[in-house]
Amino acid sequence: MQQPTSRPILEVRDVRKQYAAHTALSGVSLAVPEQSIFGLLGPNGAGKTSLIRIITQITGADAGEVFFRGEKLNPSHIGQIGYLPEERGLYKKMKVGEQLIYLAQLRGLSRADAVQRIRQWLERFDIKAWAEKNVEDLSKGMQQKVQFIATVLHEPKLIILDEPFSGFDPINANLIKDEILRLKQEGAAIIFSTHRMESVEEMCDSIALINRSRKVLDGPVTAIRNQFKTNTYEVEGQGQLMVMHPDFEVIEQKARENDHFYARIQLHADTRPNDLLRFLIGQVQVHAFREQIPSINEIFIRRVRETMPETLTETANALL
Amino acid sequence: MASKFLLVAKREYLTRVRKRAFVVLTLLVPFIIAGFGVLVGKLALSDDSAEIVDVRDASGLNIAAKLVPLSTPQLQFVPVEGSLPEAKQGFQQKKHAGLLYLPAGLDVQDPQGVQFFGKGNISLKKESRVQKALNDAFAELKMQRSGLNQTQLDQLRAKVPLSSVSLDETGKEKDSNSGVTTGIASVLAVLIYFFIFLYGVQIMRGVGEEKSSRVMEVMLSAVKPFDLMMGKIMGIAAVGLTQFLLWGLLSWGASTVLVPLLMQDELGKAKTEMATAAPKDAPTTVADQATASAEQMNPAKRANVIGSAFEQASKLNIPIWTILFGFVIYFLGGYLLYGALFGAVGAAVDDQTDTQQFMFPITMPLILSYIVGFSVILRNPDGPVAFWMSMIPFTSPVAMVIRLPFGVPAWQLALSIGLLVVGFVGTVWVASRIYRVGILMYGKKVTYKELSKWMFYKG
Repeated sequence: MQQPTSRPILEVRDVRKQYAAHTALSGVSLAVPEQSIFGLLGPNGAGKTSLIRIITQITGADAGEVFFRGEKLNPSHIGQIGYLPEERGLYKKMKVGEQLIYLAQLRGLSRADAVQRIRQWLERFDIKAWAEKNVEDLSKGMQQKVQFIATVLHEPKLIILDEPFSGFDPINANLIKDEILRLKQEGAAIIFSTHRMESVEEMCDSIALINRSRKVLDGPVTAIRNQFKTNTYEVEGQGQLMVMHPDFEVIEQKARENDHFYARIQLHADTRPNDLLRFLIGQVQVHAFREQIPSINEIFIRRVRETMPETLTETANALL
Repeated sequence: MASKFLLVAKREYLTRVRKRAFVVLTLLVPFIIAGFGVLVGKLALSDDSAEIVDVRDASGLNIAAKLVPLSTPQLQFVPVEGSLPEAKQGFQQKKHAGLLYLPAGLDVQDPQGVQFFGKGNISLKKESRVQKALNDAFAELKMQRSGLNQTQLDQLRAKVPLSSVSLDETGKEKDSNSGVTTGIASVLAVLIYFFIFLYGVQIMRGVGEEKSSRVMEVMLSAVKPFDLMMGKIMGIAAVGLTQFLLWGLLSWGASTVLVPLLMQDELGKAKTEMATAAPKDAPTTVADQATASAEQMNPAKRANVIGSAFEQASKLNIPIWTILFGFVIYFLGGYLLYGALFGAVGAAVDDQTDTQQFMFPITMPLILSYIVGFSVILRNPDGPVAFWMSMIPFTSPVAMVIRLPFGVPAWQLALSIGLLVVGFVGTVWVASRIYRVGILMYGKKVTYKELSKWMFYKG
């Protein structure tokens, strides 16, 4: 059915994983397109890490299958996958350069290639002087940078980043963000795993939401947001807003100084935004008019509320 | 993949060998051993060379003159004059070891009243040496009185070399030298025991370090847990072998250089003493030491010494090749068996301080085999305790190497090695299951029940 060009780099089919008394994954399926950024979102304990450990072949699935570029996942794919775990760590008493060479060699890179690429990366991050330092002598932020280099040094086709920005200050977080976008430009697919959805929303091409071992939602970000549009518009203006109309409904209205106002108005079915605009122009001075598109965070909360209302407070707490 | 296993082993090896502690320890220990050797040697020589006993002979039988030629390198007799109290004071002032007093009117047939004065307590060894010399002197006197001349006396004196011979089950004769055999057995057992302990704990620490630094997850996404564990075990084994090899070479080097250098005086003295003692008596221990050390100084002769050691070993009927072969097998097998278990303990716990409860059951059989090995097996290498302990894989590495120099039936050796192989395959399997689950398990207090569950977790 699918065109070879649009074949996903990673396909997960009905994967299940059970720990002693705890179900980590109950039948999760998803597909990560080539050369894209994929957000794996969900609260803590949803099963994200379990899924990632299956993709990185640290553990095996109880049932279900994973395909990498159409092939059943096997150890030969290790060299094409890069993984930055949430639990970061390096050998403390090893020099930065040696450590990077070692990790790259374990991923199948030759020593000479590794040395050359390490030099490039250290130059790019402007940290060449660190190569001969022991990891334990670096600050936590510096260690994170080294760990990021270790993740991408072997030029993986699929990069999995678990909470990539935790531990970085805003400047370095931006640096990493730019690197991620550059890696995508160069052809890699990136999986972001995070429970802080707002942090990666803007970067993601598509997402999957996981809650309580189940996938609750997935697809391209724009499609999802459109799908969850409530036909609500934000209006700012000046004048006395009085809406008594069968086609519109004011959800929220705030008065501001100098007779200004802010309002959110929902359109009923088959009403078009221009109808609202025309109505408003007759009443008030319109300064701003835009469609309100829900954030992934809002969608997630709404989705969870729909599927399992009893867990809402729990999930909401987890999100906070 | 084999290449990854090698990479892991290589890293484990190189990071440890490059550590300052390794270099310092490797360089220092041989000098400590050599220095210790010099110290012991000096003490032994000073203990044995400078004992002078004054002899106050008031008997009129001229015993003192007979005692003087009976002096040995350990004991020298010097005749003194004067009254008993004077002589008593004299030997103490001269810091001599003692005073032998032969009273006036001593009866040759029934010599009563001979006294030996010493400072403080007199050692049994010293007393028996004086006693022997005195007996010899009286015997000579009696024989002379019975009308024998010196030539006849010399012919009468007997020196019988005694060699012990042990019979094996088939009745074949073996030269037996229990001293050498016991020595070999002890050294081998101690080597295996310490190697397993020292480097087993290093495996445990290494795993704990990987776990606490959280590098494990990165590693596991690239390497199978089994390769990671075995790579570590083998890498550390190589570190240990390197260290032992260097210790061996350096101790040998240090003792060839240091011992003659630091002990020149003693050696010179010993040699002259040997020269004086030689016509009188068979070479003594000191003389032996002197010749051995002298030979060590000459590199050309060294090969002969080692060659003759082998020759001697084969003459003594010690199964040298079986020992070497067995030692390598039990050394590696025992290390693998225990190393895997130590690795599993390191993986199971979060905190190094929690290792105690799991260390105990692992180290117990090892310590037991060591203690029982030296107390029971060494004395009765063919008894039932020796047999069973050399069959159980947890105790056989130490127990069997103690038995090896005494000779072990082939079927027992084969069975024991077979069981050892089964044992280490089994423990490596169990350990790798615990390891695989444990290394990613944080913040959980691990119990034995929990561990047994891990064994049946699916990949």
